[in-house]
Amino acid sequence: MQKIKPFDHLILILGTLFLCLPVFMALMSSTHTAIDIHSNGLFLTPGDNAGPTYTKVLTARGGFTGDVTGLRMLMNSMIMGIGFAVGKIVLSMMAAYALVYFRFRFATVIFWAIFTTLLLPLEVRIMPSYQVMSTLGLLNTYTGLIVPLLASATGTFFFRQFFKSVPDELLEAARIDGAGPVKFFIDILVPLSRTMMAAIFIIMFIYGWNQYLWPLLMTTDETFYTLMRGIKSILQVWVGSQIPDYNEAFALAVLAMVPPVAVVVIFQRMFIKGLTESDK
Amino acid sequence: MAHLSLTSVGKTYAGGVDAVRDVNIEIADGEFIVLVGPSGCGKSTLLRMVAGLESVTHGDVRIGDRVVNRLEPADRDIAMVFQNYALYPHMNVRDNMAYGLKNRGETKSVIAERVAEASRMLELDPYLDRKPRALSGGQRQRVAMGRAIVRQPAAFLFDEPLSNLDAKLRVSMRGEIRRLQRRLGTTSLYVTHDQLEAMTLADRLVVLNGGRVEQIGAPLEVYHKPASVFVASFIGSPAMNLIDARVEAGRVLVGSHDIAPAATDAGPVTLGLRPEDLSLASTGLPVAVEHVEELGAQRIIHGEVAGQPIAIADSSASELGETVHVAATPGKIHLFARDTGRRIDLAAAATGLAHAV
Repeated sequence: MQKIKPFDHLILILGTLFLCLPVFMALMSSTHTAIDIHSNGLFLTPGDNAGPTYTKVLTARGGFTGDVTGLRMLMNSMIMGIGFAVGKIVLSMMAAYALVYFRFRFATVIFWAIFTTLLLPLEVRIMPSYQVMSTLGLLNTYTGLIVPLLASATGTFFFRQFFKSVPDELLEAARIDGAGPVKFFIDILVPLSRTMMAAIFIIMFIYGWNQYLWPLLMTTDETFYTLMRGIKSILQVWVGSQIPDYNEAFALAVLAMVPPVAVVVIFQRMFIKGLTESDK
Repeated sequence: MAHLSLTSVGKTYAGGVDAVRDVNIEIADGEFIVLVGPSGCGKSTLLRMVAGLESVTHGDVRIGDRVVNRLEPADRDIAMVFQNYALYPHMNVRDNMAYGLKNRGETKSVIAERVAEASRMLELDPYLDRKPRALSGGQRQRVAMGRAIVRQPAAFLFDEPLSNLDAKLRVSMRGEIRRLQRRLGTTSLYVTHDQLEAMTLADRLVVLNGGRVEQIGAPLEVYHKPASVFVASFIGSPAMNLIDARVEAGRVLVGSHDIAPAATDAGPVTLGLRPEDLSLASTGLPVAVEHVEELGAQRIIHGEVAGQPIAIADSSASELGETVHVAATPGKIHLFARDTGRRIDLAAAATGLAHAV
């Protein structure tokens, strides 16, 4: 057995505190009033203002036009997150299927072309993308928010690697059993990729959830506000002697954290399985 | 049930490599044919061409009376058992067996009936709801066979189905496959590199080397009359001794030792002697003993004669000196032409065989 080393534990404890304290602080501070926070700084102890703050954040109509609530923002973020995750999984699975199982010319070249786009962040192509969407008249729509970002090099890459690890005999057995390309994909590959899909779902959900710049550009209609933009707008009220609603910003941040955490907790076992072992 | 026929079948890969050349085999209905050969001899390629997993570049493959060269595997009315079983990991045993039937659009009652029958035959009943990963190797192999059986195909194709099992299980599964095939009477094509498996299973053996057929024949025929040096060395364990010899004046000579009479033209030959056809004698070919493998029932004496290795299967318990003398059983010597490696027929000379010296 390993000897327990106090120093190692100290480092681990410090690391945990370093990661968890800010989150805890945000949670605790959100239960105080804005004035309290403004005059006394951040809190590590619970306050008594939790109820009103969270109710207000979720239900009070705010924003420029005054008709966007926290719940609305939560829903928008959810649509973004799930839309991204599901869309990206479907698209990249089909792309990877074509790349791995169909023999066509330049498949490798095409794969590497897709792969190199991994190196290009969204910001590089944000202007042309915006131009295309605006010409198509898709500004201020969920379609415009989600579809342009669906092509995923990461997802295609992961699925390609996974499909390559599926033994050829399985395909051959399926062919003898009379499964055509579509049937093989749906009956064999999709169920086998479940863990992989869970892994990609987590990554892509969080990617979609955290989008800030893209929705900022694509939507001018406040009904498309996401949580990320909501937090920002709360802190933007530095006008005159007004105090920003720190507590509300914290509350929104905490709320914004819950769904991704839930997704990770739910899918975590499959996530680890998907990235480390194949179910064969 | 159907007969199978391969007519000058060949496979040339895109790079111009000939994996299989000019194979002609007629397989009768219900026959068990084993394709045997060292790795890379094209036996798996040949099987996969019959299955439809590789395209046929030359010749015709017929199953029943249909030329199937261009048919999809599923339409060829065959079933295949793979080396690594290739069971669908996410389906339970029942679904694994039923999948092919479902795709063919069989009714639920037919599927249930066939699966039940196969699982009873293979004693898989207690495992029907398990996933393949919860089964042992032998059980997985049985499921793979069950998947083949439920289709009631014209032919079974086996691609080294036993090589992932341990030695003991292999022997029992071997018997099981043979019994099952007899019972179902389905034409079978079986690929293996294990000559023992080949000998015990086959109605007829097809020995392949370098993409060509070396010999087709019943196991004992192949064993007793190997058509070439390659077949001689491949079939039989321990392998046949192949010794450079020459024929002079109707006698086979190794060095200066007279082995046996041979009614063939004078010149260099390769002499084939099975270890079990050699016995210790007071006079005869002198063998310098190098080492001895004790197998219990017998021992294999490895030695050297005229600078060439030789093995003798000996079941006597006599003390061995540094040199022993061995004699060949009359009529059990094989001669092969040195240049082509083909067998020289000694039948004509058999009557005149004297005792080996």
